Amino acid sequence: MEQKSISLKLKVWKQKNSQTKGSFETHSMNDVSTEMSFLEMFDVLNEKLIQEGKEPIAFDHDCREGICGMCSMYINGRPHGPWHETTTCQLHMRAFNNGETIVVEPWRANAFPVIKDLIVDRTPFDRIIQAGGFISVNTGNAVDANSLPVEKSKADASFAAAACIGCGACVAACKNSSAMLFVSAKVTHLALIPQGDPERKTRALDMVAQMDKEGFGACTNTGACEAVCPKGISLENIARLNKEYLLAGLTSEL
Amino acid sequence: MLDVKIPEGKLSEKWTHYKGHCKLVNPANKRNLEIIVVGTGLAGASAAASLGELGYQVKAFCFQDSPRRAHSIAAQGGINAAKNYQNDGDSVYRLFYDTIKGGDYRARESNVHRLAEVSTNIIDQCVAQGVPFAREYGGLLSNRSFGGTQVQRTFYAAGQTGQQLLIGAYQALERQIALGNVKMYNRHEMLDIVMVEDKARGIIARDLITGNLERHFGHAVLLCTGGYGNVFYLSTNAMGSNVTAAWKAHKKGAFFGNPCFTQIHPTCIPVSGDHQSKLTLMSESLRNDGRIWVPIKKEDSRKAKDIPETERDYYLERRYPAFGNLVPRDVASRAAKERCDAGYGVGTSKQAVYLDFTEAIIRYGKIEIGKKGLTTISESDIYKLGVDVVKEKYGNLFDMYQKITGDNPYEVPMRIYPAVHYTMGGLWVDYELMTSVKGLYCLGEANFSDHGANRLGASALMQGLADGYFVIPYTVGNYLADEIRTTNISTNHPAFAETEKKVNDRIEQLMQIKGTKSVESFHKRLGKIMWEKCGMARNAEGLKQAISEIQNLKKEFWNDVRIPGSIYEMNPELDKAGRVADFIELGELMCLDALTREESCGGHFREEFQTSDGETLRQDDKFMFVSNWEHKGEHEWELIKEELKYEEVKPSKRSYK
Repeated sequence: MEQKSISLKLKVWKQKNSQTKGSFETHSMNDVSTEMSFLEMFDVLNEKLIQEGKEPIAFDHDCREGICGMCSMYINGRPHGPWHETTTCQLHMRAFNNGETIVVEPWRANAFPVIKDLIVDRTPFDRIIQAGGFISVNTGNAVDANSLPVEKSKADASFAAAACIGCGACVAACKNSSAMLFVSAKVTHLALIPQGDPERKTRALDMVAQMDKEGFGACTNTGACEAVCPKGISLENIARLNKEYLLAGLTSEL
Repeated sequence: MLDVKIPEGKLSEKWTHYKGHCKLVNPANKRNLEIIVVGTGLAGASAAASLGELGYQVKAFCFQDSPRRAHSIAAQGGINAAKNYQNDGDSVYRLFYDTIKGGDYRARESNVHRLAEVSTNIIDQCVAQGVPFAREYGGLLSNRSFGGTQVQRTFYAAGQTGQQLLIGAYQALERQIALGNVKMYNRHEMLDIVMVEDKARGIIARDLITGNLERHFGHAVLLCTGGYGNVFYLSTNAMGSNVTAAWKAHKKGAFFGNPCFTQIHPTCIPVSGDHQSKLTLMSESLRNDGRIWVPIKKEDSRKAKDIPETERDYYLERRYPAFGNLVPRDVASRAAKERCDAGYGVGTSKQAVYLDFTEAIIRYGKIEIGKKGLTTISESDIYKLGVDVVKEKYGNLFDMYQKITGDNPYEVPMRIYPAVHYTMGGLWVDYELMTSVKGLYCLGEANFSDHGANRLGASALMQGLADGYFVIPYTVGNYLADEIRTTNISTNHPAFAETEKKVNDRIEQLMQIKGTKSVESFHKRLGKIMWEKCGMARNAEGLKQAISEIQNLKKEFWNDVRIPGSIYEMNPELDKAGRVADFIELGELMCLDALTREESCGGHFREEFQTSDGETLRQDDKFMFVSNWEHKGEHEWELIKEELKYEEVKPSKRSYK
């Protein structure tokens, strides 16, 4: 691939901590190689800031392979930036043009308060999983793995939902900050396989209750979540969650 | 001096015998016993969940924002288990044998056999948790092949096996958190072990949001903190992966075993420039279908597709006909380096070889034609059908490759080069996974135990989960049974206060340096020294130079590092500084270990010890032992050997020809 150098202007959100007000800071960047990842561009910027005796910009990141779900930048009005089904860490500078201004913000949602700069608190997702996003099987209880065949199509669909990395882009993209795509992905993952069946009803009810308690908004099926999901989690999962939830509510006494 | 605690009896009966005779803790007593688990990857999450289920009071710590982020999540290819679902001759013994041989006869037989035994339970457990492994049309589990084996025993979930296994363990952990059996501390980093008399009794942890130090008591402490590949700066590890917890334990008396045993993975995306922050792996599973080659002609600058078949050198197939492209990682990596060093490398940097799927795509395309009963069809349609099959198998890896390099691997071969991926070395542990410090355990990649001098693909996930789900629940009980009379030690105990003060002093010292160079710049320099002199090939002269360079780097670091910000706030630069300081000290020990081990084995290749055709030359009469290093002071270690006794397997020259 051809390597180019571009110049950029970055408008980045700076916020000392959750108690203080934040604001945008502008930085000019020259000689940005188009082979760099977006986060490597931030590394270079931070090195420069440290050399100048300034504070670097704090951002969450870890695996840089698009799988841990830690990176979370709202780039030019879109979670994870312009590339389809791509996390911030996998976004490369080829996506931008020379002279462009790039605006970078943290996830914005009441349920995800800013901790510092571009870092937000996503522990509500952990608590939603705690409410029912599991199969209650203690270590040592399992039967032979092949004793329960699973239809391939269902296993594949379950896997597609389980591919969610819990990054929270869906919440950040949603005008209501709804966590429905996240919750529905987990409910679908576990509802489609026989192992998840015994807790199917309580799972749907309890996870939705916890989601509401955490302050996430309602879903209006706009689909912004699906459009920005780096793992291509489908809106169909939300339809399934609605079905699971309704059925559980109507039949939970049985 | 070293008590390995291997149970008596035949190898295949040791673990059964152990389980039948180890001490147990009754449920009422378990409720009063506290266990600290540091790290929440496969080993840590599975241990914390399983111990919580048993009724112990568990405190789990991770530096990430959620336990689900741990780097186990990035494992792509799969997990081995001796299920023999394929009826192709697999067994517990064969998995054990392959692992011992793959490790070039530098692993402990009893541990490896136990690993092979419990491997089957892991698959059962994960499926019960809802891990969506790949399945066949009949609804049963699918398998594939990995390097260093001739059977298909690898279970997988597309190229995201680690993610699915970790989410399984994470969900089990979250369930225990909801039940109140586990208390989770996110964004916390362990900065020291607290010793009361001669036992590990707790930790000092730092809240990475507020910067405050915290004291936590535990009747036992489990380190499940992963590997230290980031000592090389560029590796496939996550940015946060570090050696700090293990290193602090080492300085408190835990021996470090075989620190120089590093795995260089053959199939990674090559370095593209100085800005590079990490390297990305392309799963070993790709070697099931991809063929590795370089041009026969030196410095051939033609494009891959312009080089005819007869002018390509499929060097792995040529050198190792029995295993071909599926030779173990150390062998494949060295072979790639050999070709590139000899001037046959490809791409702009010439530090790369091709991983080519054309043949597999055509082969799969033809099978599809057969399945669909098509008769007249063009070559490009065959190719298209084949691409669809390959997409289903490895789609996410191909996409990742394209995002990073900008090249489409369905059209042009991938360019790959070896990169640091895993560390076989780690804290020494006995059969019970206890380190040389009483009450301090080490699980998963962080310990040294099961992979010898080279780990086989799809075995890291297996080991992490074996340790956490099926080994530690028994072995920690054997220790805690004698601790039921130990009431909780107050965190006001002088041992806690003293340890906390030392941690605090070090942080203040770091902040007061106020030098001119960033933490990152030191890390890069350390990585360069390590890669050049303690990487894929090592020699005595280079290692001696490396040691003195690292000692100088350490001095410079402590005089000239610049850490912005302050202590009592979120400060990622300060977090990183502490980790890099520990990496520098570890780097020195790795070089010392590599220098001392005057032989080549597995991933440890000493240029002075090789056969005429460039293969490793072991010195079994002199080095059939685990090198354990006891920390004695700055730049000072003492070597303590654990002799390896092979009762079942007869060490032979490892050949994949």
